[in-house]
Amino acid sequence: MTTTPSELAAPRTQRRPAARRSNFELYSWLFMRLSGLVLIILVLGHLLIMNILDGGVHRINFAFVAGRWSSPFWQFWDLAMLWLAELHGTNGLRTVINDYARKETTRFWLKMLLYASAVLIIALGSFVIFTFDPNISN
Amino acid sequence: MATSEVTTAGSGGRARKKAGTLYRGDIGMWSWVAHRITGVATFLFLFVHVLDTALVRVSPNTYDSVIDTYKTPLVNLMELGLVAAVLYHALNGIRVMLVDFWSKGAKYQRPMLWAIIVIWVVVLIPSAYFMLRHNVEKIFGA
Repeated sequence: MTTTPSELAAPRTQRRPAARRSNFELYSWLFMRLSGLVLIILVLGHLLIMNILDGGVHRINFAFVAGRWSSPFWQFWDLAMLWLAELHGTNGLRTVINDYARKETTRFWLKMLLYASAVLIIALGSFVIFTFDPNISN
Repeated sequence: MATSEVTTAGSGGRARKKAGTLYRGDIGMWSWVAHRITGVATFLFLFVHVLDTALVRVSPNTYDSVIDTYKTPLVNLMELGLVAAVLYHALNGIRVMLVDFWSKGAKYQRPMLWAIIVIWVVVLIPSAYFMLRHNVEKIFGA
């Protein structure tokens, strides 16, 4: 623990060939922190407006959603929140599966299920935001 | 997990005495466990929430009738649980970022945990009041 860098012997293990090196886990680690920072504003703001202010959940209905999505600001807010939250959560669950699934096949299929659900949620959510019709019939 | 390693090292002899427990970490380990549980719970809710919001593409009546279940007392209480989970995850996320990026973050990880618990309680009390008020008045009469 008290060894200074000058006393360290040269590493005996060979460097991995460049082609096999991947920075994916580094970027995923960084993404969790950056998306987390943005999500603090987006999600806590969303919860404050939807659940706490001005009657909270009791005032939410179709007309309320139509009013909010008439503004590009809230459309963009919700779209950004959808993508960031879903990717942040998917990456988190990927880590959880890697930690607890012991069999290679279990691990593989749990992750496939996770990725399929992420694609479904991002695609469906984006579709709904982009094609929302306030005049849709009952 | 930088957080749990720091905690184990920082608690010194105390961690060794608890050798019989599943994990040997100290309170920092529980903050990590809570971060996982709140994260997974929020992710599962997000799945349901995108599906229920997608009903605005079906019809206003379908959307309204499903959203009405969110206004019932039991689901309302679960929403408070969701807010509590997300708030903890956000506050502890800030703590994790401070441990990672602030030079004194690892040294102060424990007081920072107590700080976020205090903020969590202080924010949750008025939130619970505003979220549950309507249903409490309806059940017990205003």
